[in-house]
Amino acid sequence: MYIVIVGGGKVGFYLAKELVEANHEVLIIERNSPKVAEIAESLGEIVMRGDGCEAAIQERAGAGRADLLLAVTGEDEDNLVACQVARHVFHVPRIVARINNPKNELIYRKLGIDGTVSATSAIMSHIEQELPTHPLISLLTLRRGFEIVEVRVPPEAGVVGRPLRDVLLPHQSLIWGIVDAEGNPKAPTADTVLHAGDEVVAVTLQESEEALRAALTAPPVPRSF
Amino acid sequence: MRVIIMGCGRAGSLLAATLDEEGHDVTVLDINEYQFERFLPETFRGRTIRGNGIDQDILRKAGIERADAFVAATAGDNRNVMASQIAKHIFGVQRVVCRIYDPIREEMYHNLGLRTTSPTRVGARLLKEALEADEPPAGAPSGGGE
Repeated sequence: MYIVIVGGGKVGFYLAKELVEANHEVLIIERNSPKVAEIAESLGEIVMRGDGCEAAIQERAGAGRADLLLAVTGEDEDNLVACQVARHVFHVPRIVARINNPKNELIYRKLGIDGTVSATSAIMSHIEQELPTHPLISLLTLRRGFEIVEVRVPPEAGVVGRPLRDVLLPHQSLIWGIVDAEGNPKAPTADTVLHAGDEVVAVTLQESEEALRAALTAPPVPRSF
Repeated sequence: MRVIIMGCGRAGSLLAATLDEEGHDVTVLDINEYQFERFLPETFRGRTIRGNGIDQDILRKAGIERADAFVAATAGDNRNVMASQIAKHIFGVQRVVCRIYDPIREEMYHNLGLRTTSPTRVGARLLKEALEADEPPAGAPSGGGE
C-alpha cells in the first residue's frame, strides 16, 4: 500500500517506522525542516518538507495514488484540512485523522471523515471504568456514529424492578447485554427485570447517549393523579 | 442581527466596531485578551470572550446556538475553516463567512459550499489596479519625466 502521513511528530514518526517495517511504501510530509532532517537520518528518504494541508504539496507527495492518508499533526484544524484536501481533491479512498479534543469527532464525522483516533478518548475510556461516579462509559466507537456504551443502573433509578419492555429507549438504541451486581452476564429479553447495580451494555448513536443515560438512571417520574 | 466574530485582529476588530455602531449584537472571540484592548474602540458595546473558536464549548459560551451569523477572521486559514464548518454543520448558523488567505484552499472550500473570502486574491487585484491606474492620485509626486 502507498501511505501518506501528514505530520512528522512522534506519532507520525513511529507510524512510518512500523509501516516501513511492514513493507509498505510510506511518505511523511513535515513542515519543520530540522524535523525533516531528523526523520531522513533515521528512516531514510521517505520524508518531504512542506505543508501537508496544501493541495500542491499533497500533489507532489503523490496523494492521487495513495491508498491511505494519515493526518497526525498535533493540531485538530490542520488534520481536518489535510483530510478534506485528500478527500475532495485527490479522492484518497481511506483517511484517518488524529484528534485531540474528543468533541471534534462530531464535526469530522459530519464532514464525512469517519476514521478518527483520539488519545484523549482512549485514555478516558481506560480510566472511566475506574471512576465509580461516571454514569455512562463509552466502550467503543463504531462507524456511522454508533458506539457501544455501558451504563450502571443506580438504586434510585425509575427502571429498577421493571422489565425491559417497559423501558423507553431513545431512537436507534439497543440493549445488548447485562452484567448483574454479582457479576453474572445475561442476554436480555423483554421480560428481563432490571436491578440496582446492573451494568447495561448498549449500542447507541453518539447523539442519543445522554437520552439513553437518562432512560436508565433517572429517578421515577412522580404521578400526579 | 446577532453576530459572532472569531479573531480580533485588524480586520476582525474593524468589522466588530462597524457592526456594533450599526446597532448589531456583536460578540468577539480571541485567544489573546490583549487584542481586545489593542484594537477595539472604547465605544465598543459588544461582548468579548477569550478562547479558541474551534472549541465547541467556547462557541456555546459565545452564544452560537442563538447567533444569526458567524465570521471566522483569525490569522490561521485552517482554524477559520474548521470553526466555520462547526458553526455551519453543528450549530446550523445561517450565515457563515470564512476568511482564507490561501487562494487555492479558498477555492476548494468555496466549492464545498462555504461563503469564503480571500484577502490575498482581493489585495493582489487592488495592488494591480493601483499599479495600472492612468492618473497618479492627486498630490502624489508627478515623477521627473525624461
